[in-house]
Amino acid sequence: MRHTLSVLLQNKPGVLSRVTGLFSGRGFNIESLSVATTLEKEVSCLTLVTSGDNAIIEQITKQLHKLIDVIKVTDMSEHEYVEREMAIIRVKAEAGTRAEVLRVIDIFRGKVVDVSPKTYAVEITGNANKIQAVIDILRPIGIQEIVRTGTAAMTRAIK
Amino acid sequence: MQITGAQALLKCLKEQNVSCIFGFPGGAVIDIYDELLKDKEITHVLVRHEQAAVHAADAYARTKGDVGVALATSGPGATNTVTGIASAYLDSIPMVVFTGQVPTALIGNDAFQEVDIVGITRPCTKHNYLVKDVNDLIPTIREAFHIARTGRPGPVLIDLPKDVMVAKVTFTENAPVKMRTYRPNYEPHSGQIEKACKAIFKAKKPVLYAGGGVIASKASKELTELAKKLNIPVTMTLMGLGGFPGTDPLSMGMLGMHGTYYANMAVANCDMLIAVGARFDDRVTGKISAFAPHAKIIHIDIDPSSISKNVKVDIPIVADCKNALAGINAWLDKTKEFNVKEQAAIHEPWLAQIKEWKTEHPLGYIEETDVIKPQFVVQKLHELTGGDAIITTEVGQNQMWAAQFYHFNKPNHFMTSGGLGVMGYGFPAAIGAQMAAPDKVVIDIAGDGSIQMNIQELATARQYKCPVKIAILNNSYLGMVRQWQELFYNKQYSATVLDVAPDFVKLAEAYGAVGLRATKPSEVEPVIKEALATNNTVIMDFVISREEGVYPMVPAGKATTEMLLV
Repeated sequence: MRHTLSVLLQNKPGVLSRVTGLFSGRGFNIESLSVATTLEKEVSCLTLVTSGDNAIIEQITKQLHKLIDVIKVTDMSEHEYVEREMAIIRVKAEAGTRAEVLRVIDIFRGKVVDVSPKTYAVEITGNANKIQAVIDILRPIGIQEIVRTGTAAMTRAIK
Repeated sequence: MQITGAQALLKCLKEQNVSCIFGFPGGAVIDIYDELLKDKEITHVLVRHEQAAVHAADAYARTKGDVGVALATSGPGATNTVTGIASAYLDSIPMVVFTGQVPTALIGNDAFQEVDIVGITRPCTKHNYLVKDVNDLIPTIREAFHIARTGRPGPVLIDLPKDVMVAKVTFTENAPVKMRTYRPNYEPHSGQIEKACKAIFKAKKPVLYAGGGVIASKASKELTELAKKLNIPVTMTLMGLGGFPGTDPLSMGMLGMHGTYYANMAVANCDMLIAVGARFDDRVTGKISAFAPHAKIIHIDIDPSSISKNVKVDIPIVADCKNALAGINAWLDKTKEFNVKEQAAIHEPWLAQIKEWKTEHPLGYIEETDVIKPQFVVQKLHELTGGDAIITTEVGQNQMWAAQFYHFNKPNHFMTSGGLGVMGYGFPAAIGAQMAAPDKVVIDIAGDGSIQMNIQELATARQYKCPVKIAILNNSYLGMVRQWQELFYNKQYSATVLDVAPDFVKLAEAYGAVGLRATKPSEVEPVIKEALATNNTVIMDFVISREEGVYPMVPAGKATTEMLLV
């Protein structure tokens, strides 16, 4: 099962390498990873998407917690949460398809961030499924390049 | 007052009660050595290879019950420490290793003798540091010692660039280490203790399974109290030997691949397994699905990640072993709901069953009159030292025979590279143990293959007048691999025949040590007696039966009940 983990870390050199080294060394898989500082500049928040059965996820969270620089590990799957990923996609946009691309982007609430005579670069945000859906729709038109950020996630506030 | 980084390092070591360190100099650490020469309070033991420094610090830590310290230079000095660090990591030994580093301005430039030792040792240290600013030096050292000795102990590495050792810093008084993230839990949860105790009262066939955590947390007394109180038989891992008296009637010795028949049968048939400071290593469990298949499992461990890592645990207790066992004992003393004496009596038929297994297949070997059996040598070592020596081992058959036949009654008397299985561990470890306990008899039980991995340390032993005894069980083979080849590879002895070997007696003499040899069983006792009476480093070369194997043996991946017996 897919799990999204949110990991608070000390913002120090080499900490990310400890986390990724832990995953590679113990044979766990990282599907996506994004990291940036939080309101406190000494603390970074890392969002990591991985998969495995309950025993594997339990080991992953325990092993992460064992790292000296890890402050807190939250398995988002145990909570209500929002997650977003951003992708920038360069897609062919020639005379016959320019309008089509704009229509698709509009449906997915994306926007064009770069234009050339033959292409658009479009920005899409959403969860991984939505990004995948956009890619699947644009692929027949002709995708030239994709960059994706990896997931960022936050628990929903208690209402 | 402003002092140099090197001076601050020594002040910090003294603050941590370090009086002995093991190391080897080099360009990047000359400033530290310069200060060490002037210092009268810290003994520096000059090893002949950095790997030996770490193993010696490892056994020194185990003997003293505190942090061991090793020092190496940058580049090759640092990389030579990796095996020792990895061994200490898998065996949870408290240790701080200092390595030299090229000046900060050169880091990343592929400078002479530069290596990213922090990167290299990241997966095999509890934590590690590169100190880039001299102002971070003192708090880093204090934090490193705190991390090494608390929680589940382990090795911590600090990489010290040369310019940081020269730079000036103000020494501040020792303050308690405050860490935002690292707070090991020592106290057991009272609800879990109660749950565990109630489950124990439901069991008719319980087994205590004690690991190295019992020794690390100094919990032998509490473990023994629990075993005696409820009449529970005890089996120990390789790292746990000595955690419970090996000669006690409740002791079943070691379990697992080369464990006793009765320990493995007991675990396979028990209805309650109480694991204390043990991590269910594959050498213990064999095929996981067949390990303790009928048992409820209670697992006491200070490291939450050890719980349910290899086997599913029913009642976890995350705490220091000593506190958890004390908690259980206290609960048993207080309970009115359950009768402890009655419960102890309920276990009698179970103990009788184990006794029957013991009689059926005792730990033993076939004696011969003309060739020396290695087990006989270990038994004689036990007898002639009164079971009171500190025994270190190399890795392989020698290690298993030592574990099986030197019945350890006290903790911290058996030192071996359990988790990593390092050939070459035993001899430097013996030097480390002897430096920590000058009055004890220290014996390295070695094989002829493994002793050659760090034999250069004869010079170290002689230089520091360490009267350690090395008992080589010499079969001119890499015996354990040969045994596997014999059993599972159709006797294809590929690369395990050691026909070209040094004359160990002459080799000892070349270093100014004493060399003795026994080739017949009748010579074993006189050789050991002479070695014990000699106040010098001694090699005892026991020419043993060449094809002797270690039994019982559970083939890798099989159930622990599928033992090959003698």
